[in-house]
Amino acid sequence: MTALATASVVLVAAGATAVVLTRDRLGQAIVLAFYGLLVGLMFLVFQAPDVALSQIAVGAVVQPILVLLALDKLRRNRP
Amino acid sequence: MRRRVAIGALAVIGAGLGWALAGLPSLGHSADRYHLDVVARTVSLRQTANAIAAVTFDFRGIDTLGEEFILFAAVLGVAVVLRTLRREQEELPVEDRFRPTATTELVRAVALLLMGPSVLVGLYVLAHGHLSPGGGFQGGVIVGSALVLAYAAAEYAEVEATHPGRRLEVAEALGAGGFAVIALLGLLIGHSLLENFLPYGANGELLSAGTLPLLNVVVGLAVGAGTVGILRGFFQQALALRERDPPTDPEEPSP
Repeated sequence: MTALATASVVLVAAGATAVVLTRDRLGQAIVLAFYGLLVGLMFLVFQAPDVALSQIAVGAVVQPILVLLALDKLRRNRP
Repeated sequence: MRRRVAIGALAVIGAGLGWALAGLPSLGHSADRYHLDVVARTVSLRQTANAIAAVTFDFRGIDTLGEEFILFAAVLGVAVVLRTLRREQEELPVEDRFRPTATTELVRAVALLLMGPSVLVGLYVLAHGHLSPGGGFQGGVIVGSALVLAYAAAEYAEVEATHPGRRLEVAEALGAGGFAVIALLGLLIGHSLLENFLPYGANGELLSAGTLPLLNVVVGLAVGAGTVGILRGFFQQALALRERDPPTDPEEPSP
């Protein structure tokens, strides 16, 4: 594996750990979006641009919106 | 005790996973020949350089047909689960202690400015699916999330006043049904389901690879409408649905 590929894999592992260790729910959604971007970059480094596009579109755009809206709904129903 | 059992089970699973991963061929060297055969033949057989698009929509198009209907079922499931219950009522969002500040003008301006170019980029990715990385799904999600920016650029009530629901349903149906129709046309015009019955054209042209551009369009329609539909359901739940006010008793003094 090249240095770039190793670096992207290490970044993904670090990003996943950061998502787990973020305690604040709202902050965790934002870190999740950035983690989605890191995974998309890893796919790109491993020569899968179609998969990278899908990952960035879904994991860094749609998924955080869903998470944030669900969190808002839960917070509203439990004052 | 339960914690030790959990850690032990995780260690066993981790060891098995490590052993399985160690047995895989190294990066870039596959154990079989299918990928070599496909990549060598996509240009000559289908006049497209994007081997992934050729495999997804032509050689293994039946899997994509199933995936389209998985997405359709997911949108249906979200619509059913997030329906308005009898004990809820729809109400315009008001400023309360959960939403102390309104959307700032800067956010509105940026969302408005981003909508047009994002839709254009999404349509480009969709249309050039057989020429460059991307395709129907990627372009569809980009267009869908660009349209959802409208909820940030304007008020939720204003966007819902345009009644987007019916148009989204039509687009979703056209997308999913269109894929099935093209598949059946392959059976009627050609010899088999999902057969590539349109002329292949020349490699690199926008109209090439037969039914691939058409399939990209219908997949993009279905995915874009599905994404907006799912997010609309979530927006309605988070912003507009409240518990129905309990009926007040006129005898009791109000607290």
